[in-house]
Amino acid sequence: MQQYWKDYDPAGFYDELISTPGNARLPAKKLISYLKSLSPEDIDVRRNAAESTIQAMGVTFTVYTDEGNIDRSWPLDIIPRVIAKKQWDVAAKGLEQRLQALNMFIDDLYHDQKIIKDGVIPEFVLKQSANYRKECEGVSPAHGVWAHICGTDLVRAGDGEFYVLEDNLRVPSGVSYMLENRSIMKRVFPEVFESVDIAPIGDYPARLFDTLSALAPRKQKKPVIAVLTPGIFNSAYFEHAFLAQQMGVELVEGSDLVVADDDCVYMKTVAGLEMVDVIYRRIDDLFLDPEVFHKDSVLGVPGLMRAWRAGKVALANAPGAGVADDKVVYAYVPQVIKYYLDQDPIIPNVETFLCYEDKQREYVLANLDKLVVKPANESGGYGMLVGPHSTKKERETFAGLIKANPRNYIAQPTLDLSTAPTIIGKCTPEPRHLDLRPFILQGKSTYVTTGGLTRVAMKKGSLVVNSSQGGGSKDTWIVDTEGDKGVAPKVNTAKSQAQSQGGEAK
Amino acid sequence: MLSKVAERVYWTARYLERIESTARLISIYDKLLFDLPRSVQLSWYNLIRINSLQADFSERYAVQDERNVIKFLLGDTSNASSVVSSLKAARENVRTTRDVIPADVWYMINELNLYVSENIMWGVNRSKRHEFLREIICGCQQILGTLYSDMPRDAAWKFLRIGRNLERADMTSRNVDAAVAAIIEMQDVDEAVNSHQIIWLNLLRSLNADHCYRRTTRDTVHGKVVVQYLLANTEFPKSVAYCFNSLIESCGQLPNSEALMKKLSSIKKEFIVDYPADIWGQSLRDYLNDLQIQIIGMHQDISETWFPAWD
Repeated sequence: MQQYWKDYDPAGFYDELISTPGNARLPAKKLISYLKSLSPEDIDVRRNAAESTIQAMGVTFTVYTDEGNIDRSWPLDIIPRVIAKKQWDVAAKGLEQRLQALNMFIDDLYHDQKIIKDGVIPEFVLKQSANYRKECEGVSPAHGVWAHICGTDLVRAGDGEFYVLEDNLRVPSGVSYMLENRSIMKRVFPEVFESVDIAPIGDYPARLFDTLSALAPRKQKKPVIAVLTPGIFNSAYFEHAFLAQQMGVELVEGSDLVVADDDCVYMKTVAGLEMVDVIYRRIDDLFLDPEVFHKDSVLGVPGLMRAWRAGKVALANAPGAGVADDKVVYAYVPQVIKYYLDQDPIIPNVETFLCYEDKQREYVLANLDKLVVKPANESGGYGMLVGPHSTKKERETFAGLIKANPRNYIAQPTLDLSTAPTIIGKCTPEPRHLDLRPFILQGKSTYVTTGGLTRVAMKKGSLVVNSSQGGGSKDTWIVDTEGDKGVAPKVNTAKSQAQSQGGEAK
Repeated sequence: MLSKVAERVYWTARYLERIESTARLISIYDKLLFDLPRSVQLSWYNLIRINSLQADFSERYAVQDERNVIKFLLGDTSNASSVVSSLKAARENVRTTRDVIPADVWYMINELNLYVSENIMWGVNRSKRHEFLREIICGCQQILGTLYSDMPRDAAWKFLRIGRNLERADMTSRNVDAAVAAIIEMQDVDEAVNSHQIIWLNLLRSLNADHCYRRTTRDTVHGKVVVQYLLANTEFPKSVAYCFNSLIESCGQLPNSEALMKKLSSIKKEFIVDYPADIWGQSLRDYLNDLQIQIIGMHQDISETWFPAWD
């Protein structure tokens, strides 16, 4: 593969693994020299091995199409993305800081709204937020935390620094794929794991379990926890089932639950009704409870909001938490951090233009071909305009949309998203753009995944990494280069397993 | 455990059992037809009769030949009991009960599913059919073995056991019925006596019972002894008596089972304990038919007890 790597050229972008043509960055040195030692046929064999492993493990995601829902195999590129531990540790601090501030912000919004009274955020931003829920006002969830599970999208720009692209505080998904990517890689490249000091990531389900347990309203040792899924047709069903299994908790659908007259939530079991303490819900706010939100929702549980408001059940994330992943609110996060924590943000935001501010809107409208325009309340990469790749007609449509509803749009410069070598075709590494979604937990304490889910745009030059739109993924390695693995294997001096039929152990 | 999860686990076990017994039935039938004299009119279509699928079959096929029967039983997605359909349903059930089923079972059922969908033509054509069916049977046994080895003996395990034993009792009684029907049909043929032997032996083989039958009964293969063995022997794990005992044992370990237990015991007494060993011919078929109806009723009682439609 030597020649392939000599030909590899990130074309001026910051590359995660390669510093100058033919040279690997320090944390990726061992990986790249190993990859160089493989023949193109070897790479093809490993690529196929990864694919069949994914099929056997049943790692899929569902895509909605006109012909119905299709279960697709999860796309994993076999070249991992490597980040130095030193750099990651700083980013992890920044993510904790950010979620802490956001939770204080949400709690404030549903109580005194001091941040608005103090003039840090204009009132109409809140008033017009599609994810602000009046029904949540005055509720005080445990530990003052609303967003217990957060998926924050990070990008690395041309300067090699991390920036926050967006916060996902509603029902972020992807963590199961992060975990499964690692299991697949361990099967496909076992040799590398022996020589490189890769930080393990497997403790996420246990941490999630602890986070959820700490929310139980009944103070009992073993709270009953359930993952609430919309069902098998949801794109992330695989993840819901995976997490329930990994945590050893119940996987339920709305129809398995009932709220009784005592405002408690019960699940329908073979022994009758059993009380539920904590629900990790993977259903959007508006489908949670037909008594309060969408009346025709069959996914939710009638009375669930009543139970939550009465403090009989904990919901993670709490309803209304999504108010803080509004993209207009995003623009204010640096001020939010300063206001509540009196700290400067450790990870900066991407420069953001708010279309409701006259001057900024004028700039946006004049530069639509250079900017990325995003609606304030969408996720999954839908409803966006990517300026440099857009047609004149698309730009005109967006100009109209922005003028009609300026509050609903923000714009950001197109970023020089970093690249990493990605196998294209059978065995050729080519640079592809990527981002990173770490997951942050907050309950009684906080926790950040070691690395996260790396998503990669598989099309040349594309910046769209969403799996629903043809994106792929990579295993993410946080590598400690400070010291090599030098621990001698322990010699086991215990009695050997030598009993056999018809004789004593010797 | 959630009622819905219990129901899915129960069905997982039933589908797995159905897949294995269908594969076994086809692989034995292949050999049976080779052994019988040409004058004996026993056709592949009998397999459709065993499973009471005549109506479904005639909707799809006009010709009742080997190819169509095999296609219908193995690969036809419009037949809810075909191997492909059952496998799909079993996988879907495991997929939605991953919180109670060992992870290895999920991987195994994915692999089996992939194998069957990629190689389904091997089953239809004769040359590789045996190998194909063998893989399916091994795949099912691998899953059963993993469950047996790794499942905690909790409520989920009990529902697996209930599903498996109900499906087994059903399949065993159907197999016996098909053999009796075949014997009645061939009364007039000259080679009948010899053919009877072949049919009984193949019945035992299709349930993997030939070896233990001989050891237990210390007898050669006689119709009445075979039927008695497959219905009332309490040690052979596919006999109706054994299945009923396991079923009753598992039900008794689950909550709210008092009414159901009474019913199951009385069915067992009527059909197994008081089994009239001397009935034969059409009255045996009637008896087997009643037994089938009771088994269907058992499923309904189990559903009402643990998987009710909650209001």
